[in-house]
Amino acid sequence: MKSCRLDQANAKDGCVDRSRLLKSTDKMSVARHVLKCSRFAFHSTTLNCSRSFSTSQCKMTSRHKNSKRIEGLDKNVWVAFTSVAADPSIVNLGQGFPDIPPPSYVKEALAEASSVDRMNQYTRGFGHPSLVKALSQVYGKVCGRQIDPFKEILVTVGGYGSLFSTMQGLVDEGDEVIIIEPFFDCYVPMVRMAGGKPVLIPLRLKSGNKTGTSADWFLDPEELSSKFNSKTKAIIINTPNNPIGKIFSRDELQMIADLCIKHDTLCFSDEVYEWLIYRGHQHVKIATLPGMWDRTITIGSAGKTFSVTGWKLGWSVGPEHLIKHLQTVMQNTMYTCPTPLQEAVAQGFQRNLELMGQPECYFSSLPEELELKRDRMAAILQEAGMTPVIPEGGYFMLVDITSLNQDLSHMEEDEAYDYKFVKWMIKEKKLAAIPVTAFVGEESKKHFEKYIRLCFIKQDSTLDAAEAILKNWRKV
Amino acid sequence: MSRRIHARRTEGIDKNVWVEFTQLAADYKAVNLGQGFPDFSPPKFVQEAFCDAVNGGAQMHQYTRAFGHPRLVQSLATFFSRVTGHEIDPLEDVLVTVGAYQALFCAFQALIDEGDEVIIVEPFFDCYQTMVKMVGGKEVYVPLRPKVEGSLSSADWTLSAEELASKFTPRTKAIVINTPNNPLGKVYKTEELQMIADLCIKHDVLCISDEVYEWLTYDGNKHVKIASLPGMWERTITIGSGGKTFSATGWKVGWVISSGHIIKHMKTIFQNCVYHCPTAAQEAVARAFEREYELFGSPESYFQQLPAMLHHRRGKLASCLQSVGLQPIMPEGGYFMIVDISSVKVDFNDDSTKDESYDYRFVKWLTKEKGLATIPVSAFYSPEHAKEFDKYIRFCFVKEEATLDAAEQILRKWRQGK
Repeated sequence: MKSCRLDQANAKDGCVDRSRLLKSTDKMSVARHVLKCSRFAFHSTTLNCSRSFSTSQCKMTSRHKNSKRIEGLDKNVWVAFTSVAADPSIVNLGQGFPDIPPPSYVKEALAEASSVDRMNQYTRGFGHPSLVKALSQVYGKVCGRQIDPFKEILVTVGGYGSLFSTMQGLVDEGDEVIIIEPFFDCYVPMVRMAGGKPVLIPLRLKSGNKTGTSADWFLDPEELSSKFNSKTKAIIINTPNNPIGKIFSRDELQMIADLCIKHDTLCFSDEVYEWLIYRGHQHVKIATLPGMWDRTITIGSAGKTFSVTGWKLGWSVGPEHLIKHLQTVMQNTMYTCPTPLQEAVAQGFQRNLELMGQPECYFSSLPEELELKRDRMAAILQEAGMTPVIPEGGYFMLVDITSLNQDLSHMEEDEAYDYKFVKWMIKEKKLAAIPVTAFVGEESKKHFEKYIRLCFIKQDSTLDAAEAILKNWRKV
Repeated sequence: MSRRIHARRTEGIDKNVWVEFTQLAADYKAVNLGQGFPDFSPPKFVQEAFCDAVNGGAQMHQYTRAFGHPRLVQSLATFFSRVTGHEIDPLEDVLVTVGAYQALFCAFQALIDEGDEVIIVEPFFDCYQTMVKMVGGKEVYVPLRPKVEGSLSSADWTLSAEELASKFTPRTKAIVINTPNNPLGKVYKTEELQMIADLCIKHDVLCISDEVYEWLTYDGNKHVKIASLPGMWERTITIGSGGKTFSATGWKVGWVISSGHIIKHMKTIFQNCVYHCPTAAQEAVARAFEREYELFGSPESYFQQLPAMLHHRRGKLASCLQSVGLQPIMPEGGYFMIVDISSVKVDFNDDSTKDESYDYRFVKWLTKEKGLATIPVSAFYSPEHAKEFDKYIRFCFVKEEATLDAAEQILRKWRQGK
């Protein structure tokens, strides 16, 4: 029965989470820990309660089940894999967060903000004034247009929160939304939660001479065109792309734009990695192409911009007639984002706005730093007999593990090869990655199951540890 | 675009009293007794906790556990297990959210389906209505009414047992209560909660209990948690707020405590909504709760000091209002008091508001003409009952003495006819 399976899955997740909790607090006894990890954790916990288990419980479980909108949306790759990799003996190149420190001025700005009384209380719901003004200046400059800070910008809880506000505000029951594979995994459940229908189209590996980079993946123009119809509400693009690291070229974006205009659809452009562009490449904003500003929502992230993923601030930029619907969602979901964090990000932007184009600007210095790490990571992987896909942007790298010919037939679970490989690698090699089929639909799994995703925005000691494991790969 | 762009779920919920009235107060630089936030700072130990978190190492600035920072869920579970006498599992029974506002959102999204009925006790914090609308639920209202005409305490506002019972139907999925209540300040007694609990159990209904002002009770009134009544733990969703608890509304850290089988559905909404809350603010709230755990019940506890201070502010505002001939309804708890303005005659002289309800017109006039911001109470009522309650306005007294003094000046000048 479905609810039992969910209970067991949660018990398993909860079990690993608890081991992490034990390390940080030591407050729970080992006996209780073991008890709670048992298969029937839910029931035994209730029996331990001071209150008796009322018979209304059984009747209620059937009546008080989840609302239909979350049917089938409970599984999430991050909840599963990040808890597994939380073991400190594992070198974690899985979940995408830096273990390098954020710029010190950003942390200082936060400490300073919280010492100002007013900064500890509610600010403007749609975005703290100093932040939306800074964003309008930065993006106004980048886009070459005037952006109204109050009507054309919404501050949200992370890029994730912007995606959510966009879907809830603009996607209705029955709307089709085109999603390019591989995609950041939340796009599909968010579209479904809004009652929309995801329509998938894969990036395909070109035949013939390959560059060994993310530029080897492309969208087939005819295939893309065939996905658009009268029910298509929007297409979601992500550039630079997570997980491949592809940067969509101007021509590619123009092709997408032409279809959006022809079919009168919206474009949701997830550009959270917009500053992480490596040499020889340029980030192009689809919203700046002719006819696109009025139909595009562009999403950004403070977490990715300033290496502070734990701040969870993001933003949506777009025309007033679209942003107003996202604002309606915001005022009915969270109402406002934390004030001191917004003030600190505003200051981070003000500082870097003045430095834009110069090497001291964080938007230049961070990609410069990361490019070295990218190249180092690629070299280490090649040495170990794997085939990295050099990303043009972002902080992830796809790795083709086919040539390792790792035998995983002993692993019984009915999962894609990359899922098994990552689990095996975590256990046997103490190195964590993310399986790439987490980012694709069923039909595309076979094209991506020999790839794993590594995150390289890590300090040298982490990369050293990864190098040690990879150097010894063939020896065990 | 030639066709409808927005999703239908955003229809009818685009107006928002806070957006409208906060803007107005700012535009007129009014003395702001409107929106509910302190204009004094959070206590020192809370500010220090935040600073310590910010300087607490690299991991404080990166993602933490999705459903709640481990240190925070542990401290919440430990703290509230002791308060309720019920063992709360930190990982299964607790979900941390972006303010109590998002906790409410997750509850409605996870549990209410199209066509489900949700009973809302009036006056209600306005978002309950819009959130139920957004999920396609059907709002069913039941008002608190003053037992006696011209009663002067929130204690006299009660639910009629028959009227309440009549609202439960086979389609009722949940009832939403708020204690201490915003805007009235009512603190529900055990017998009142028992009456609600009996109906929930009889009709197999969930109870969403918004308890953000749980520490702010006056005159010896005790906050009672409906989840602690027999048969209620497994059907109650209890919501709390770091912002209201520690006078730091701008941090937006809230939480839900409930039975694991309900929390898991809220987790599904949450992981498809924001996925994480900010780390440093959660760490700070955790440290604050650890301190309060040790000091609970002692005079150094902020949960003793804050209500004591606000008790005084409540009295100050009430006597100032009375001295100018306005009749406040003394709240037993919370941040607010509502004031009956029916005895006051004002010529609004403002065409722009002529189609609005009396209290909306009054509040706008008071803000624009006198520079004092408040909130109209009919914003907290359903369309069907708003007319009965359009002669009240809401004041927030969780303000510095200087702010209350400034308000007093304005009120005196006005009533003296200047």
